[in-house]
Amino acid sequence: MPSCDAIIIGGGINGLACAARLSGAGRKVLLCEAAPVAGGGAASHEFAPGFHVPSLAHTTQGIDPRVMAGMGLDRQGLAFHPRLATTVLSTDGQHLTVTGGATDGPDAANFAALHDQLAGFARVLAPFRAMAPPRLAPAGNEWGKLMRHGLGIRRLGRDQFRDFMRMILINVYDVAETDLTDRRLRGLLCFDATLGSWLGPRSPNSLILYLNRLAMGDAPLLPKGGMAALATALVRAAAAMGVDLRTNAPVSRVIIEDDHAVGVRLVSGEDIRARTIISAINPRTTFQKLVGAASLDADFYRRTSHIRSRGGAAKLHLALTSSPDFRGADLATRLVIAGSSDAVEQAFNPVKYGEVPLAPVMEMIVPSAHEDGHAPPGQHVLSAIVQFAPHAPKAGLVAARAEMLENSLARLESHAPGIRALIAHAELMMPQDIEARFGMVGGNWHHGELTVEQMLFNRPLREAAQYATPLPGLWLAGAGSHPGGSINGAAGWNAADRIMAQVRQ
Amino acid sequence: MANVQYDAIIVGGGHNGLVTACYLARAGMKVCVVEKNDWVGGAAVSRELYPGFTYSNCSYVASLFRPEIMRDLELAKYGLQILPYEGGAVFTQDGGYLGMFRDHDANRREFARHSRRDAEAYDRYSRDILRFCRFIRPMLLRTPPDPSRFRPRDLAELAWLGRQMGALSERQRGEMVRFWTMSISDFLDEYFESPVIKGYLAVSAIIGTALGPMSPGSAYVLLHHYMGDVDGNVGAWGFARGGMGSISKALTQSLIGAGGEVRVGKGVGKILVAGGRSTGVVLEGGDRLMARRVISNMDVKRTFLKHVDENDLPASFVKRVKAFNIRGSSGKLNIALDAAPVFPALPEGAPNLKGDLHFTDSIERMERGYDDWKAGQFSRDPFQDVMIPTMIDPTMTPPGKHFMSCFVQYAPPKINGRDWTDADRDAFGAACLDQIETYSPGFKDRVLHVEVRTPRELEAEVGLTEGNIFQGELTFDQLLFNRPVPGYAQYRSPIKDLWMCGSSTHPGGGVMGAPGRNAAAEVLRDARLPLGMSDAYAVL
Repeated sequence: MPSCDAIIIGGGINGLACAARLSGAGRKVLLCEAAPVAGGGAASHEFAPGFHVPSLAHTTQGIDPRVMAGMGLDRQGLAFHPRLATTVLSTDGQHLTVTGGATDGPDAANFAALHDQLAGFARVLAPFRAMAPPRLAPAGNEWGKLMRHGLGIRRLGRDQFRDFMRMILINVYDVAETDLTDRRLRGLLCFDATLGSWLGPRSPNSLILYLNRLAMGDAPLLPKGGMAALATALVRAAAAMGVDLRTNAPVSRVIIEDDHAVGVRLVSGEDIRARTIISAINPRTTFQKLVGAASLDADFYRRTSHIRSRGGAAKLHLALTSSPDFRGADLATRLVIAGSSDAVEQAFNPVKYGEVPLAPVMEMIVPSAHEDGHAPPGQHVLSAIVQFAPHAPKAGLVAARAEMLENSLARLESHAPGIRALIAHAELMMPQDIEARFGMVGGNWHHGELTVEQMLFNRPLREAAQYATPLPGLWLAGAGSHPGGSINGAAGWNAADRIMAQVRQ
Repeated sequence: MANVQYDAIIVGGGHNGLVTACYLARAGMKVCVVEKNDWVGGAAVSRELYPGFTYSNCSYVASLFRPEIMRDLELAKYGLQILPYEGGAVFTQDGGYLGMFRDHDANRREFARHSRRDAEAYDRYSRDILRFCRFIRPMLLRTPPDPSRFRPRDLAELAWLGRQMGALSERQRGEMVRFWTMSISDFLDEYFESPVIKGYLAVSAIIGTALGPMSPGSAYVLLHHYMGDVDGNVGAWGFARGGMGSISKALTQSLIGAGGEVRVGKGVGKILVAGGRSTGVVLEGGDRLMARRVISNMDVKRTFLKHVDENDLPASFVKRVKAFNIRGSSGKLNIALDAAPVFPALPEGAPNLKGDLHFTDSIERMERGYDDWKAGQFSRDPFQDVMIPTMIDPTMTPPGKHFMSCFVQYAPPKINGRDWTDADRDAFGAACLDQIETYSPGFKDRVLHVEVRTPRELEAEVGLTEGNIFQGELTFDQLLFNRPVPGYAQYRSPIKDLWMCGSSTHPGGGVMGAPGRNAAAEVLRDARLPLGMSDAYAVL
């Protein structure tokens, strides 16, 4: 006899959101998390005595409002600092501050106009994030919503609609070069669009990633108490809604009987049964490791290997003995070293060949500049996402990691002279390290690259795009499904909606 | 005095301009093609630049040219003959080669020599590509709908597109969308493991584009090159007997036969606009030619930014034309050879020399060439698409001698932001010759004459802005209803009676003739004249 209605594998934000939604609707839900603490990419760790860093994500572009309200996250103590300004660093000290579309300098008006246009596009695309993706078939679609949202695009007006058609699959580099003149703003736009992707700014289909980001929010947010506080609030909210959360409970496989998923077997050997099995971990891992070829169509199984999942970002943590000086930049902002649009592209070039870039680009957060508790008094901790890093380095992981660290520190030193002397401890995670620690195949944050050919009805694979999979009883709810990753929760919430509509209690 | 009244003046005598002119003349219009050079053909020309040798000195292979047009305009009668070529090869750095043949099974066996797994995958690959081709080909000879309007014809065309999609299975639709948006490198990775096989198959995805094989959207470009056929043999490529100029020559004869007129030697200085409509052109030197309508075969940037007053155009249109991407990515070497080159890697008597020869044995090497292009450099390790048409067509050179055409990527429109110099051009040419010498020792001793063409020469002579061979890059933001700019993809411009018929319009470049035919259809419909066109035929 099933001991619960649904088992959710994986306690990242999507797994927790899905579990909470189902539990809130009266279903008995068990969530199995492999790690000692749930939270997935929203985690912290003490990487040197007294220094705590966000382990992977260090900001959120915005939690899905349905998740925020539906889980009552604010009631569980989640609060954010005011939305972060971005400081675009320049080696000559001529930094530029950007908040949403507002900035100063000679190009401010152009940037505001471009931001308005792109925010307009993002606004009409955002509703598509909050629904199961369409099918390329008459059946199984939420036609009412699709028509309404489609009409929303058309209501941009003829001229804007024409630009929308032209720009939807354009590369961000051309937009930056055409619409902006300030090297710093061009660099920032190119950097933000390609953050977390395996694309350079000159790759077609890169602007849409920026639109996706804008659809979540127009500036990064920093939770009070750090990313761990966000994870704690998620866990508390899920528990308050009745989710039975088991940590240290890695799943070894999905139990299949009569071609139906009927339960999970834990690594400990324990079997747990339920009518609905929901995987909020990586889709490729789900199908290849937890299910296996024997229970899947041969062609479908072959294509699970085609889910492209190259991570292009490394994570850098520094313990600093005193305050670093980025030529006067405000440390309580998001600091970006992008250089120029070409510099971002050049940082991507070597990664295509499994090599480490000479001059990586990066965004940095200094949590200790925002609030106490992250580093010993008077000292600082710096968290950086450094791009691009090869997911399969030709030189081998150890050598590539050392080279990446050296190149990152050299780049930092050129923007904050003397910073290397302040480093008490440094840690750099390559995409392979991220894969090992967080189960993200290839170290890709989205559990499968978020690219146009892997979006909507093709995410992660056509037969599993609407959260149901070809194996009856097994569902997907993670970032590998529509609309992709980031600390947002939309995929988990959408999946729960779909499951509630299709699996009657 | 030149105050002749024409029904249509076509600005530029490229192959598309000639195709449009032919159809209009056949429908009874009085047409005149105005060409700045002393010869017609644009980039489809045969020129004797070394005594006794005919060069196809721009475009060099024919396959995309629509057979419907050949039939409608009776080009065979006017002397056009396409000779399919018989093979191809990629030479590898370790002294080996991958050969290609006209026969699928022969290719399969050759693939097996490099990878058994890839030989298995080749059937699956060929089947999938053919399916994508079959879907897209009917779109070539149709005017794209304008989704920003709700006119009956646009709705009807959108519905037609919908029905095309509807004829596919859900799986095929999903695969189609993936294919259109992904990179050729990622696509090939789903089938093949051998770097040289992938290197060979990626070629068609980069020819002429300002994309690398790892750029999303490059898979579509592959399709653009596969859509052609020779005598209904899809994907086959061939040479125009006597060089690519034979196409232009046959078109010119067809035009004259239909009562059309061609004026060479003086280009158009300005397109006349009065009262919001186009009334004719002023030639260099000041002669005026008045016409009921003007049809530009020039690219969209040249037409509207150089030959029309910006004040006669809507600001949003000008902005989008200025943003139109037309960066050149290629150069060309035309070589007269004293004797056939020898490639020791190939077995004696192999048919592979009768086709395309490459020296780039991996996608990585191509992509690195693209990185050079992005940095404003030409590649020191260039990708070359080498052909020796005289292996099949003896009419182009004296007996025993050969003409070799080397299409080279990547070559940027400017070197580090400045114009090309003669020294740059010579260094570029030398890098290419050195590469060939590596695989064909003694090659350089057989060279009688070399013409090196960079984007600079292409722009100066043919008038292709920035040397882009497609009159505009083939990325989604510039394809279908976005080509050349959204709202003006139906061969009309914001100025009444000023039309476009060049490769800047749907479906884009290559010696295909489709833009010219589609433009003619729109003009004739507008003038309420019979089209005189055979239906797009579907041999597949």
